[in-house]
Order: sequence, then C-alpha cells, then structure tokens
Amino acid sequence: MNQTKRLSRFNITSLVLGLAFLYLPIVILVIYSFNASRLVTVWGGWSLRWYADFFNDRAMLDAAWMSLRVAAVSATLATGLGTLAAVALSRGERFRGRTLFSGMLYAPLVMPEVITGLSLLLLFVALNAERGFWTVTIAHTTLTMCFVTVVVQSRLGKLDRSLEEAAMDLGCDPLRAFASATLPLILPSIVAGWMLAFTLSLDDVVIASFTTGPGSATLPIRIYSEVRLGVKPQINAICTLVLALITVVIVAASLATKLTSTRGESAAPL
Amino acid sequence: MSARRIFAGPARFAAIAPWLWMALFFLVPFGFVLKISLSQTAVAQPPYLPVFDLTEGFAAIKAAFAALSLDNYRLLVSDNLYVLSYLRSMVVAAVSTTILLLIGYPVAYAMARLPLKWQGIAMMLVIVPFWTSFLIRIYAWINILQHDGLLNQILLALHIVSMPVVWLSTDSAMYIGIVYSYLPFMILPLYATLAKMDPALLEAAGDLGASPQQTFWLVTFPLSLPGVGAGALLCFIPILGEFVIPDLLAGSDSLMIGQTLWLEFFTNKDWPVAAAVAVVLLVLLVAPLALYDRLQRRQLEAAR
Repeated sequence: MNQTKRLSRFNITSLVLGLAFLYLPIVILVIYSFNASRLVTVWGGWSLRWYADFFNDRAMLDAAWMSLRVAAVSATLATGLGTLAAVALSRGERFRGRTLFSGMLYAPLVMPEVITGLSLLLLFVALNAERGFWTVTIAHTTLTMCFVTVVVQSRLGKLDRSLEEAAMDLGCDPLRAFASATLPLILPSIVAGWMLAFTLSLDDVVIASFTTGPGSATLPIRIYSEVRLGVKPQINAICTLVLALITVVIVAASLATKLTSTRGESAAPL
Repeated sequence: MSARRIFAGPARFAAIAPWLWMALFFLVPFGFVLKISLSQTAVAQPPYLPVFDLTEGFAAIKAAFAALSLDNYRLLVSDNLYVLSYLRSMVVAAVSTTILLLIGYPVAYAMARLPLKWQGIAMMLVIVPFWTSFLIRIYAWINILQHDGLLNQILLALHIVSMPVVWLSTDSAMYIGIVYSYLPFMILPLYATLAKMDPALLEAAGDLGASPQQTFWLVTFPLSLPGVGAGALLCFIPILGEFVIPDLLAGSDSLMIGQTLWLEFFTNKDWPVAAAVAVVLLVLLVAPLALYDRLQRRQLEAAR
C-alpha cells in the first residue's frame, strides 16, 4: 500500500503544472490591472487609475448593478426550487414523472448555452413578456437551480437517515422531522448552492444576451462587447473586482460548509 | 415503521414547484424552438411567420399548420456553411475532449495519490477556477496571447522565436481557451472515481507480480473508465455548442455551430433558421445527453 501510494516525480510534476496552468493566467490578469501604463503589455508601475476609471463609468456601473441584482434574486429563487427538487429526488419514492423530472434537472447542466438562451427567448416573445431584469432573472434561475439541486442532493445522499427516523419516532410529523433534523444538516450545502448559483449568474454572457432587452445589459455582456474590440486596461480592473467578489463568496461558502459539515465530507459542486 | 415511507408523501409535494418551473422554462421552450424552426422568415417584429394565435380558434391553428415549412431545414442541408460548422464543432469538441483527457488524467491521478489531508485542498484548488468567471478567464488568455503579450515576450526573450508569433484568432488559441475553461470539469469526475478505488486491488496486483505500469493499465485505468466517460461527456456536450471561446479566440474564417446560430440570430435576425440550427444541434446531442443522464443518475442515486 505504502509503495503503491507514493507519489512519483511524474505525479508531482503533473499536479504542479496542472495547477499552474489553472492559476497563472488569472494572477497575470490581476497584476496587470494595477499597471499604470495605457499599453496593456508594458509595465508602467503600480497604479489604481483603471479602478478609478471604472467607478466613473456610468454605463459599466449600471451594468454591474443590474448583474448583482439579477444574481442575488435568481440565486435565491434557484436555491429554494433546487432544494425542493433535491429533497423530492432523494427522499421521495417513485412518483409519476420522476424520470422526466430528473432529466429536466440534469440536462441544463451540460446543455449548450446558445440552445437554452434561444429557447427561453422564444418563450418570452411568445408570452409577450417585456424583456429585461425579470426575463434574465428567470433564465438564470432555470439554469442555476439545477446546480443547486446537484449540490444539495449529493449532501442528502450522504446523510445518515437515522436522525430523521429518530425525530419521527419521538413524535415529529415528517415536516417537523425534516425541519428540525435534516434541514440543519444540509444547510451548508444549501448555502454553497446559493453561492454557486450567484457566481454562475454573475458569469453568464450567452443566456443573458438572448434574454435581456434593450437598455438592460448585464456586466458580462458589457465586458464581452468591450473585449471583442481588444484588450483594455479598464477591463483588467473590472475583471479583478469581479474576481475579488467571487473570492469573498467562495471563502464564505467554504467557511459555511466547514463550520457545520462533518469531517471528510465537502459540499463540492459536481 | 420506515422513515422513508413516511417521508415519501411530503417529498412528493416538494417536487411540484420545481417540476412546474422546469416544465415551463425548460421543456415548453423547446416546443417553441421546434415550431419557429418550421416557420417562414419575415421582416417583422418578431421576425417570423406565422405567429401562433389561439384566439382565432381552430381555423387559425389549421392555417398555421398548413404554413409550416421545412425550408429552413432544406437550407441547412444545402448550404455548405451549416454542414461545415456542424462538422467543425464535432472535430473541435472531439479534439478538445482528447486533449482534456490527456492533461486531466495525470492531474486527477496525482490528486488521488496525495495524502488524504492534501486531497481536500487540491480538490478545492481545482474547483475554485470553476467558480470564477469563465469570461474573465478567457479574457486573461487574450492578455497573454496578444501580439505583444506575455507569451510572445517570453518566447522572444528566450530566443525560441525571432518574430512575435500570431496566437490570437487561431485554432491553437481556441484550443488553449477551451482546455483551460473545461479542465476542472474533466479533473473532478476523474478524481472522484480514482479516489474511490480500493487500494487492496492495487496491492493484489503488486503481490501477483505486476509492475506499476502493468498495474496501472490492467487495474487502475479500466476501473476509472466510468470517470473517463463522465468527464468526457461533461466536456464534449457543452463544447459542441460553445460560442464565447471560439468567438473571442479563434479566427473568423470557419465557425462553430454555436457561432453560426448566434450570427443567424443576432446579426441576420433570421430567427427561424437559428431555431432550425438549434433543433439539429439538439438532435446531435440526444445520444450523448441520454448517456450522460444515465451516468449522472447512477452516480447521484447510488447512495439512495
């Protein structure tokens, strides 16, 4: 066992190279966001001018505000619906339409975004819905609740059921038993699910492009249209701010998970 | 009395809201895609004919059915542009998935061999990029790959090349972007299967005289095939319809199908053709999606 489990030089090299590949580009982006030079690739000393630029850019700020609102509302809706779906899938016996139900929840995880975006837009047009904040929010809820379901369901699957049974033996009805025994145990994964939904919504450009209306661009849509025109130092700064926000969210999520979850288990997405 | 039985009733009610939501916002929209893919293009708002109008009763429905046409699908088959972009998407998805497997497997394998307390940290490190913005990560590569970007500066400084290499708007840039974005999707399922593997099996192979290489190819690799399948599908399916990465990093001379759909929809405003492109893409995805659904279900419900 000891011999077979020892790390070879090849193992270490592939791990280090793999992680370096994942992280170096982001690190470089962050460093260049503090570059004073207008030329993105020439180092001109440290500066915060591109951050100041961003905070003076009305259109960008509006887009950022829109994105944050969409992300917060859609993540909350998605967490509620996704948690219900996870409970139904892992605690419910066979019910009519169960296969279709789980299919509908797993398919969006891999469905190309252009298809999801186009089909939702056609629905909104057919319903004559005014496109803007709510259409994007509904679209993001639909996508992200599937991720919440997976995260919460994997936690529910690992859970010891004897607690639920004990609660019911002590006279709780199923709803009370769930609320007092199960819910506290899956709370970390619900929190993690919310955070994942929030970051996924904050990230999406394709589905938002299809479902938004004129005058209500999200931050990724704006970043995307700027990026198409080439690299701009201001975009480096905006991206760094988004990364910082996401990092805070991740740290909070992992703390929430650590605080209550049992050792050796994690509420990892996917 | 079994808790499971009693839970089953209320749990069934928990399904109602998400079931309705997904039916309305995931299933029903496909019906509209199908319907509009059979409509005629029109210079109107919305740009397709006929618009389904239930208020006019049965006659209107009949007229609408009579007006359905396969013209958009005929166009897809007859115009090389569409056939070529479907083919290109297939090739790009297949090549990227292969590269991802070649890079992801050694990383996942090394992770699974780490001491247990390090494994959690390594997994966290792989998951974090998955959480961070995908658009930003592509943008980070534009920074590096542009004409006077870091990569060319390094290559020039090391005298590996004498002239700056054109990276942006090439297939290599696109493959770098795709592999970079999807690597966590490949590593995580691989790691999950490799970490679960019973070490006694490896010991047994060793005791029976197998060399480490033999043990790997005869025991470890075959046992990790479910993870390989899950990782490959998790990458292959979304890459097939990828839009942002080829749009930002690849050249514009040949398009992937996601780009063609986008172009038809946003630039040409030809919604019926865009819908037909989506329907065909969906048909191509049915087999891999069904396979993925089976794997996912088996994995998530193993604990039931």
